[in-house]
Amino acid sequence: MQLTTQHLIALLPLLILSATVLLVMLAIAWRRHHALTYLLSLAGLGAALVSVVAVAGGDAQQVTSLLKVDRFAYFYMALLLIATIACVTLAHAYLGEREGQGFPGNREELYLLMLLATLGGMVLVCAEHLAALFIGLELLSVPVYGLVAYAFFNKRSLEAGIKYMVLSAAGSAFLLFGMALLYAEAGSLAFASIGIALENGLSSPLAQMGTGMMLVGLAFKLSLVPFHLWTPDVYEGAPAPVAAFLATAAKIAVFAVLLRLYQLSPATAGGWLAGVLSAIAVASILLGNLLALLQNNLKRLLGYSSIAHFGYLLIALIASKGLAEEAVGVYLVTYVLTSLGAFGVITLMSTPYNGRDADALYEYRGLFWRRPYLTAVLALMMLSLAGIPLTAGFIGKFYIITVGVQAELWWLLGTLVLGSAIGVFYYLRVMVTLFLVEPKLHHHDAPFNWGQRAGGVMLMMVAFFAFFFGVYPQPLLSLVQQAAL
Amino acid sequence: MILPWLILIPFIGGLLCWLTERVAPTLPRWIALFSMALVLGLGLWLWSVGDYSLAPHPADAANWTVEFKHVWIARFGINFHLALDGLSLLMILLTGLLGVLSVLCSWSEIQKRVGFFHLNLMWILGGVVGVFLALDLFLFFFFWEMMLVPMYFLIALWGHSGDGKKTRITAATKFFIYTQASGLIMLVAILGLVFFHQSVTGEFTFDYARLLGTPLPPTVEYVLMLGFFIAFAVKLPVVPVHSWLPDAHAQAPTAGSVDLAGILLKTAAYGLLRFALPLFPNASAEFAPIAMALGLVGIFYGALLSFAQTDIKRLVAYSSVSHMGFILIAIYSGSQQALQGAVVQMVAHGLSAAALFILCGQLYERLHTRDMRQMGGLWARLPWLPALSLFFAAASLGLPGTGNFIGEFLILLGTFADWPWISAAATFGLVFASVYSLIMIHRAYFGPATSEQALRGLNGRELSMVLGLAALLIGLGLFPQVVLDTSWSSMQGVQQWLGTAFSQLAPTR
Repeated sequence: MQLTTQHLIALLPLLILSATVLLVMLAIAWRRHHALTYLLSLAGLGAALVSVVAVAGGDAQQVTSLLKVDRFAYFYMALLLIATIACVTLAHAYLGEREGQGFPGNREELYLLMLLATLGGMVLVCAEHLAALFIGLELLSVPVYGLVAYAFFNKRSLEAGIKYMVLSAAGSAFLLFGMALLYAEAGSLAFASIGIALENGLSSPLAQMGTGMMLVGLAFKLSLVPFHLWTPDVYEGAPAPVAAFLATAAKIAVFAVLLRLYQLSPATAGGWLAGVLSAIAVASILLGNLLALLQNNLKRLLGYSSIAHFGYLLIALIASKGLAEEAVGVYLVTYVLTSLGAFGVITLMSTPYNGRDADALYEYRGLFWRRPYLTAVLALMMLSLAGIPLTAGFIGKFYIITVGVQAELWWLLGTLVLGSAIGVFYYLRVMVTLFLVEPKLHHHDAPFNWGQRAGGVMLMMVAFFAFFFGVYPQPLLSLVQQAAL
Repeated sequence: MILPWLILIPFIGGLLCWLTERVAPTLPRWIALFSMALVLGLGLWLWSVGDYSLAPHPADAANWTVEFKHVWIARFGINFHLALDGLSLLMILLTGLLGVLSVLCSWSEIQKRVGFFHLNLMWILGGVVGVFLALDLFLFFFFWEMMLVPMYFLIALWGHSGDGKKTRITAATKFFIYTQASGLIMLVAILGLVFFHQSVTGEFTFDYARLLGTPLPPTVEYVLMLGFFIAFAVKLPVVPVHSWLPDAHAQAPTAGSVDLAGILLKTAAYGLLRFALPLFPNASAEFAPIAMALGLVGIFYGALLSFAQTDIKRLVAYSSVSHMGFILIAIYSGSQQALQGAVVQMVAHGLSAAALFILCGQLYERLHTRDMRQMGGLWARLPWLPALSLFFAAASLGLPGTGNFIGEFLILLGTFADWPWISAAATFGLVFASVYSLIMIHRAYFGPATSEQALRGLNGRELSMVLGLAALLIGLGLFPQVVLDTSWSSMQGVQQWLGTAFSQLAPTR
């Protein structure tokens, strides 16, 4: 297949980001300079985002048989880039601006790894071929091993990194084996041709095994029950901006490709798959929420809550008709905003790096009376995670319930209601802690001028959008509507 | 444009309260007072100029005194649709009045974080006004859920912790989880209705008037009705799901209790009257015996538990459960008289329960306990307050001359025509009400005094609040016609919906 200019234009965001990766690498080799690296990464990500907006109006382009760059892909690319910009900004604040203060190790490579992982995510959202899926997934995962263990002199970070690497590699192995089995049955690796080939043959044991194993692999990456065991540890051990990246960018990309795979392949035809997914969704919602109940570590709590949230998202995937695709888009946007906000507050509380992150709940006691705006952001994010009106999370949850009602998935809806009721308990617990009376001990504080730093500005913007989309979601809904597959 | 302002004023006022705390510590109080007075004033003005013979009824569902509509979320056909009729107006007047009172009654009680307190207080009231005006089901749910968060803060942060340290947070969380979970069930029911409407007419809308006539198969209608009923039953509260109420009341600050008993409970009754009955008349008619039985259970269970309490606020809280039982019976009786009685009872209970909670708060400020075992003999130690408590206790037991009497009398009279046994049984609730009301007075104010020391008397602010409420209650008792005229058309509409359903049900019964 010939690559024409049109194809290259369609791939522009990917190309720009790849160029940025090279540029940043060369810049680091030439001279270590934290601010310069940060600005280069930011400029590259910004340029990629602008190019997404510029080329998104065009027709869908099939670039080789691996990638399909359509509006769906552009939408998730934009979401990925925005999440990465936010994470990079947070990382900049977190690592500390000046030498000798803040992070003791090398700072620059973190940006490089994050850019690489984002590139992988962008490949993933365009993937229309199992090979592209695997390339994208590995390009996304491998840099993340490094990111999680970036503070390697901290035992927890190193432990989390190794744990993530081993389990993620195991997940990838499952995925690869599943692909091989599917290929043996269907004779093709493209999503659509697998769909056609297996239209009637999904009942064959080979295809069933293949699909099942692929599901295991993807569920690992999305940390769905029962493949969730790594999540709380990794979230706790990873440096806060990396945890933010893991919770947002890494998951969006995987879920987007799962959605595409599910829509194009005959997964819906086989009733058993829907049954398995329903069981996974129920287990994720209940277990995620229950395990989060008594957590005293904010990062672990968010980890468990993310398990539950992806359980909610699975409901839309299982419905897979009507508004489902839109619901996934809207929910992911609201989830990304909320997670960025929550991890952003943790990051700014731990800024600059001083050996460990401020993630214990008691460190947040009475924060409101010292840092009202920072706390207001975290409280807003907790409400959004709980799905209370006036926040974006409410719109997301509304969408999921709408889809569930439309597809008449009553059991799953019942679980969702139950899960939300449990969830409210721990979100409120965090929230009320913020507002409780100040303890005399444990004075931990964000630097006074956090609002002027880029991280603070970014956080305020995230909070603004989380509120704005909660009050007036129409612009978001129109955007997502255009991004249909 | 006046309707959105009724909602916006408390919200903006609340924000101002928070921001101006640094300027002067009493400024938030004045801002809050002014905003609520403005809401009340606007309500009174609307009352004087509006034509309240306009109200939705089966023949014309879009018949409103004042209406406001603006596109909000076009994707789902959701409008920012507000409308006012006699019923909503009365509820808004009650909200405005109790809003003013709850600001006044926390004047000396709340001394910490005054600005943030008033932010929460104002936002609750704003959300409640929204609930009373919303005509788009999505908007209604939006406000319904929104008022929970500030209420949660009010209880969790400014509440009183009784025995343990955690209790107020536990109570607040319990309140939140009960209402939130039941709210989500209602959301599922709302969406079920909307999708069913779409499958019949092809139109995707959350608009009240459009959804009213949706032809539903009996089973679907019944299930959807249950979804609405559960949410309202939790908030009303109906007996098996009432357990959040006494906890929340016992731990809440006075202003929180006033709002909770005075207005938040009324949102549930309003929801039944405005949404559950008109949207699902046939299922409601079928469900009526069960609902009325639940109401009866509530009357007696609430009264019995009220009698057994030692905490004076829990006693008043359980008495609310009992009074709400009467309202539930009236709502499902299908009689115009009883429905009118329910409206009067809602207003009267709002006033009398608010007054009782304000008095409990004043007592607490002086004694620092709510335990009636440590009270006793207060009549001699304290001027005014005991006598006023006696008055409101008498009002609460339905003494003629107070609004509560009119409400309960109309409810029992109206119900008797079709449901003589239920009405007769409910009448005994009045006897129980006398017992628990008088025992409260007896335990707290009579008997041997624990100390001879005189207590600080009521100041002008405290006295005028309570006397004002007393005057209003007597006014409502002597001239209920003003209220009855205002709500007549609204109740007639509800009665027609339910009455038709009852008459269709009769042959099959």
